[in-house]
Amino acid sequence: MIDTDTRSGRRVSTRVLVVAGIVVALLIAGVASFYASGDPDGLTKVADEKGIAAAEKDHRAADGPLAGYETTGVDDARLSGGLAGVAGSLVVLVVAGGLVLLVRRRRTADVG
Amino acid sequence: MHVPDGFLDAPTSLATGVVAAAGVAVALRYARRELDDRTAPLAGLVATFVFATQMINFPVGPGTSGHLLGGALAAVLVGPATALLCMSVVFLVQCLLFADGGITALGTNIVLMGIVTVVVGWAVFRATQAVLPRKVSSVAPAAALAALLSVPVAALVFVGLYAVGGAVEIPLGGLTTAMLGVHTLIGLGEAAITFLAVGSIVAVRPDLVHGARRVLAERTLELKEVAR
Repeated sequence: MIDTDTRSGRRVSTRVLVVAGIVVALLIAGVASFYASGDPDGLTKVADEKGIAAAEKDHRAADGPLAGYETTGVDDARLSGGLAGVAGSLVVLVVAGGLVLLVRRRRTADVG
Repeated sequence: MHVPDGFLDAPTSLATGVVAAAGVAVALRYARRELDDRTAPLAGLVATFVFATQMINFPVGPGTSGHLLGGALAAVLVGPATALLCMSVVFLVQCLLFADGGITALGTNIVLMGIVTVVVGWAVFRATQAVLPRKVSSVAPAAALAALLSVPVAALVFVGLYAVGGAVEIPLGGLTTAMLGVHTLIGLGEAAITFLAVGSIVAVRPDLVHGARRVLAERTLELKEVAR
């Protein structure tokens, strides 16, 4: 089989690509998220206008330390949201990364 | 589009929970075909990127915002089965840690923003790829179109679920129009983000992109023919 990687002139290693991507994700969640719109999203807005919103029930995890993308005990809004975003990104990375590593075909195990 | 607790009745939420569980089970089985030692790290990155980018609500009209769903983006980058696994992890973490999306609505949210956007996104992507020139440069535009359409379709499926088990009886025509209108605008943002993200990875490592595999395989075959 031909190694398709070698034909790309701008070859970036998988490690560099993934680490750079994770840094970008952490900057989005930890820094850029502060500047996101605070307005209700499409569904929330429509639910408000159409009278569905009254049916919403309290979330049972609403008292959690990161609920609502804010960190309990951190007063500064920028820091509180940024910490929550970084923590969430890392949890997703570990859980999803671990899951796909378990599910993937391993080079050695694949032969049999 | 995270559905909170209480919008849909218990039987409907239970039904979407069963569909979500079945979808994840199927995805676990087929993701093995998509994932190997080379592509698994990209899948971890995709899940993290979708979580982070969903925190960025962009304005779509007066007093209204929207954010990326990410199913089409993930499906093109890592394959539809792996994409559903990534999306499901994101919704699970958002629900349990961030109280974003109801606990009883977790199945509903996996169905709407996971299964629907992944399946519609992948189907539109493959159909568009068949029409566009068979080049690596067609991957990002096809992904963008897939992303654009996946959002209003998810909004329509929400209306369908609401018609079956909505908590408050309201005229469905008005709900459909409102949901379609705002989510078509959100779809434009979804398309832009998907175009940039898929385009960036295709530019540096097309060989890692699931949606570019067929094109690259054909090119490799052609090169072999020429070499002969």
